[in-house]
Amino acid sequence: MSVLEKGQVMTANRLRDGEVVFLTRSGVWNEKIDEAVLALEPQATAALEARAAEDEKSTMVTGTYLFDAERVDGRIRATHMRERIRTLGPTVRLDLGKQAEGNSGAFAFKDA
Amino acid sequence: MPLLKDNVFVVDTWVQIGANDALPEGGDVAVPYARLRAEWDSLAKFPGQLGVVLNNNDDADELAHFLPHLVLVILSFPAFGDGRSYSIAAQIRNLGFRGELRATGNILPDQIQHMNQVGFSTFEVLDRFPLQAWQAASKQMSLAYQRGLYRRAGEAEIWTERHLELAPWEEQPHAG
Amino acid sequence: MYRYDEFDHQFVRERTAQFRDQAARRLSGELTEEEFRPLRLMNGLYLQLHAYMLRVAIPYGTLSSKQMRQLAYIADKWDRGYGHFTTRQNIQYNWIKLEDTADILAALAEVEMHAIQTSGNCIRNVTTDHWAGAAADELADPRPVGELLRQWSSLHPEFSYLPRKFKIAVTGAPNDRAAVKVHDIGLRLHKNDAGAIGWEVMVGGGQGRTPMIAITVRDFLPEKELVAYIEAVMRVYNLYGRRDNKYKARIKILVHEIGAGKFKAEVESEYAKRPQQTTEVEKKELQRIAAYFALPQFEKLSRFVPAFEDAKITHPEFDRWARNNLAAHKADGYTIVNISLKPEGGIPGDATAEQMRVMADLAERYSHDELRVSHPQNIVLPHVKKEDAFALWQALGPVGLATANYGLAGDIIACPGMDYCSLATARSIPISQAISRKFADIDVQEKIGPVKINISGCINACGHHHVGHIGILGLDKKGEEFYQITLGGSSTESASIGSILGPGFAGHEVPDAIEKILHTYVNLRHPGEEFLYAFRRLGPAPFKEALYATT
Repeated sequence: MSVLEKGQVMTANRLRDGEVVFLTRSGVWNEKIDEAVLALEPQATAALEARAAEDEKSTMVTGTYLFDAERVDGRIRATHMRERIRTLGPTVRLDLGKQAEGNSGAFAFKDA
Repeated sequence: MPLLKDNVFVVDTWVQIGANDALPEGGDVAVPYARLRAEWDSLAKFPGQLGVVLNNNDDADELAHFLPHLVLVILSFPAFGDGRSYSIAAQIRNLGFRGELRATGNILPDQIQHMNQVGFSTFEVLDRFPLQAWQAASKQMSLAYQRGLYRRAGEAEIWTERHLELAPWEEQPHAG
Repeated sequence: MYRYDEFDHQFVRERTAQFRDQAARRLSGELTEEEFRPLRLMNGLYLQLHAYMLRVAIPYGTLSSKQMRQLAYIADKWDRGYGHFTTRQNIQYNWIKLEDTADILAALAEVEMHAIQTSGNCIRNVTTDHWAGAAADELADPRPVGELLRQWSSLHPEFSYLPRKFKIAVTGAPNDRAAVKVHDIGLRLHKNDAGAIGWEVMVGGGQGRTPMIAITVRDFLPEKELVAYIEAVMRVYNLYGRRDNKYKARIKILVHEIGAGKFKAEVESEYAKRPQQTTEVEKKELQRIAAYFALPQFEKLSRFVPAFEDAKITHPEFDRWARNNLAAHKADGYTIVNISLKPEGGIPGDATAEQMRVMADLAERYSHDELRVSHPQNIVLPHVKKEDAFALWQALGPVGLATANYGLAGDIIACPGMDYCSLATARSIPISQAISRKFADIDVQEKIGPVKINISGCINACGHHHVGHIGILGLDKKGEEFYQITLGGSSTESASIGSILGPGFAGHEVPDAIEKILHTYVNLRHPGEEFLYAFRRLGPAPFKEALYATT
């Protein structure tokens, strides 16, 4: 399993309910990391930032930020542990968070 | 910038001049604090009403000397999270100032009650919020635990109310 | 315990309505996030890694059974069926929605609770000794002052936009269980020869990235002057505390930078300026509050309770639990029950809604309807008859609340860490779980004796690792989680900040490192010498050698 592409994903919390969401290619926010667009070059990243700034103003989302991610075998995985936890849920409660709701994408935490 | 006083917008009669502007011949004029100190000898003879614009790191005690001659003190909030001016306002009122204490800068409707309570009487506010927002926010809490606050009608101090048989806090009439 | 009067009820109702309006204005776009953030923080609502987190205040850690049941109800209705008890005696819910928050605050208000000022640059929950009112060593219950300061600090118009957060702790016992020396303001009750009460006022303690021990500014302040004097401290801080750098904005930095002498002079100068109003109202209010903290009517019992002693003989597991989890009560025949929320391999401080309800029922039945939340993230039933202890213990077992490790190596204190917190640089809970499993055998824990292990997942030190006998700080080293170990911290009246032992460890190496440290201690200690004293006697050298010397 080799890492094919490294880039960045834009994430936020949905304003009204705090759900973690990711910015997709079509410009809507989705709860699943797999749907996120992986920005591979600065132009794409800038486009994500512009869209995120717009949506923060329009009360849709809050707390937007970019994080490092990679595409592995066609699926998206956060590079750093903290965002991996964000995309999946707590490592100490595998019954909570996106990992328990079928929204986790391809990668799961192994059992402790 | 609209001037809010007693929950309505009023006309601002005051002119705020800079360090090097010519002093008008009369009227309501506010000068920066540095200028007040530097030119006090001449300003003390100003025929109109005199006010001062403070920075929020100015020392209220040093101002005591000038307060009896001042009708307006303007205190700024450079960021709405910067709360120094609440304390400076409280100190200025404790020094006995009964004139107009005006807040300017980054002020949100949700801060107006606290600002009233520490002694501010007028507010230079941003256009963004309609009058109704200021009015609604000024009435959200009718009770306070602290004593010696400047209260609007309908506001009460809880500890005072609980112990009415004791001497009340000395009345400190609101200047506004 | 304190009961709201009509004023208190109206206050929290209005506050809830105020927040409901603010949240609505945020959702409609009338308020920007930048404007809304301080407002929601002042109602305890954080934006975290997974969702909003709500921190509910438990003033001076005291709860009634009705309140505990409501916390369980909130967990079930608006969260995921559990809550996390914190090192500042509060409770946190991790899966909250903004659109539900006003309803949650309304549910709290129904039982005389709130989330006022549990976050933000304002005065936070006033914490205290979790054995207040019950402990045998106490001079006087500090909680009336805790309640007085809670009221005084609530929506204080002058001090709602401080340079940074502000934490106050009070204690009424010579053995300080409230960590007053590492708080922004610490208050310690003293009695003079005439039996009069006065308060030692300490300022400038704290943890985080620059841990410091507080200085004493007043040795014996009369009680009725407390509010006015603390106002003077707050005003000096509000005016002169740094606002240019978030990491240098606490009052401890101000005290350190201008010096203790100058700081004290500033406070006294400000205090001298206060309007010469009578302080009789403050005194009367404190008396009014104190009446709520009168001790329950304890029965006149013998110190020796045969049923209790017999149960210990016939049930060795109960004997062990009684040995470790019970503390001396001021009334004969009574005991303080400490319920450990640290089961083997569990998440420190977490409790399910079911566990909360069981504890509420037990408190109502056996503990005069009162519970406490302790700084080490456990629950206390303060007034239990020894003759009831066995039945109580039997009820704890089936819900996983009977772990007999109170104060021992398995009673680990840990912040939520990177599993929950967006500030964290490393996870803390898995480290706690691994250590807990390594020392699962309570015989081993008892042989080691009392020891405080504190884990923080970042430099903000919410796990209070600086004052752990063994402190573990989780950091990020080139993208990997990495842990630094400190030894010799203490949060008591002889407070000290732990010192770094040496290079850090990968997560999987930490349990072995802790084991080596504790083995070294056991091998070198004098009979009966507890960990902290042994460390102070021996210094770090033998521990460093055990951890780092290559054989």
